[in-house]
Amino acid sequence: MSTSTVQAFKHQAPSFWQSTNGKKVVMAVTGCILFLFIIGHLLGNLLVYAGPVRYNAYAAFLHFDDTLLWIIRSVLIVAVVLHITATVQLALRNKKARPVDYSRKEAINSSFASRTMYWSGPIVLAFVIFHLLEFTAGYIHPGSQFIRGDVYHNVIAGFSVWWVSAWYIFALILLGIHLRHGIWSMFQSVGYNHKKHTPLLKKAALVIAAAIILGYISIPISVLTGLVK
Amino acid sequence: MKLTLKIWRQKGPSDKGKFITYQLNDVNPEMSMLECLDVLNESLIERGEEPVAFEHDCREGICGSCGFMINGVAHGPLPATTVCQLTMRHFKDGQQLVIEPWRAAAFPLLKDLVVDRRAFDRIIEAGGFVSVSTGNAPDGNTIPVGKEIADRAMDAAACIGCGACVAACPNASAALFTGAKISHLGLLPQGKPEQDRRALGMVAQMNTEPFGSCTNIGECTGVCPKEIPLEVIAHMNRDFWQASWKEREDLVQTIAPVTSWSNKTKTKS
Repeated sequence: MSTSTVQAFKHQAPSFWQSTNGKKVVMAVTGCILFLFIIGHLLGNLLVYAGPVRYNAYAAFLHFDDTLLWIIRSVLIVAVVLHITATVQLALRNKKARPVDYSRKEAINSSFASRTMYWSGPIVLAFVIFHLLEFTAGYIHPGSQFIRGDVYHNVIAGFSVWWVSAWYIFALILLGIHLRHGIWSMFQSVGYNHKKHTPLLKKAALVIAAAIILGYISIPISVLTGLVK
Repeated sequence: MKLTLKIWRQKGPSDKGKFITYQLNDVNPEMSMLECLDVLNESLIERGEEPVAFEHDCREGICGSCGFMINGVAHGPLPATTVCQLTMRHFKDGQQLVIEPWRAAAFPLLKDLVVDRRAFDRIIEAGGFVSVSTGNAPDGNTIPVGKEIADRAMDAAACIGCGACVAACPNASAALFTGAKISHLGLLPQGKPEQDRRALGMVAQMNTEPFGSCTNIGECTGVCPKEIPLEVIAHMNRDFWQASWKEREDLVQTIAPVTSWSNKTKTKS
């Protein structure tokens, strides 16, 4: 070595999970799992238009084996927990990264959806909890009696209450906004960005998010307007 | 032209700092933003006041020394331009300009508009190089490089390390800078042998510094004077997880952020 060496403090490097990039990969993967669930859930729920017999049969099909059901549910729960843990940890870190705020700051190159992820996320979470209590557990079922197994009745009776529908529509629009950023962002986080494909992906994200919003909110709207009884 | 400059003044790292408004009545529209500050500083010196401290070197947009926020946008309103290249004709007569330093925990403020950006140096030290024997220049074209690869590497290599990406990022993340450095070397054949080690080292150092995380928002690329694309961040993410997967030994160590003298924080040893 040279005549004088400077010994810099050496640290163990952050692990995959400790690094911000690693957490974002976890968020992308768990986000993708939840996105796939949202698609599957939408397709299943659209069966409400096929009438009570087919809709309830679909619900019974999901319950065809309780062990299997709980395995799938566990995957979703783990995905939700990891997605939220990573978000909270990153959000705390990001807050600390700018201790003094700007007196003036303009957003010149970012989407509304990307800047509001920290808002849309928690509201959607609150909605999911309410939604599970209402339609899965049946603890909260304003306006009518929850009947286990008669999913068609529960949906129609649930959405007949105007504020349940309003809250549902509001939360689903936020979910769509969340996905408008999330759908393309998950590719970026795992390292896929292409000059030609990424702009297409962003457009696709917008279309898919809009389709998800419309597909879901069509149900309470149909119930309120009496299209589905 | 007349301009009102509202400039952040702070005597030192531990000073509280505040905005002070200066009225400039005779601004030449052909001056650059930095020359405008020079004119202001001359009048301040004449009055016996402390001039505004700001960093500058080449004044032709390639060194990365200068940079501050103008009306909430890093390097001001003109795209792909550093403040030294930003001429005053782009502002309206009588306009007020709010001039603020980069704000980030990783960039502790030293004085007025000057911040300590050595966090970037430590990221470079952690892998932003290629280990090759020096000596006579090798023959041209001994290693063929495709045009597309050369172009992409050049686009990433255009990064001047000014710190605008960190300043503009709502999370104060250094992902665009680190991504640019990882891509520009990792894309080329000369950089391939150290690709994994570079990604692990530089990402580890970036995460050791108090930068935020990338949330793929895109403000960084919007203010970047060299228009570095978001693609470089994806490149970094890809290199990082692939290297983490392949990694066989815990070789990567990071350097503790030694900014204690400037931000008065104790570093863990």
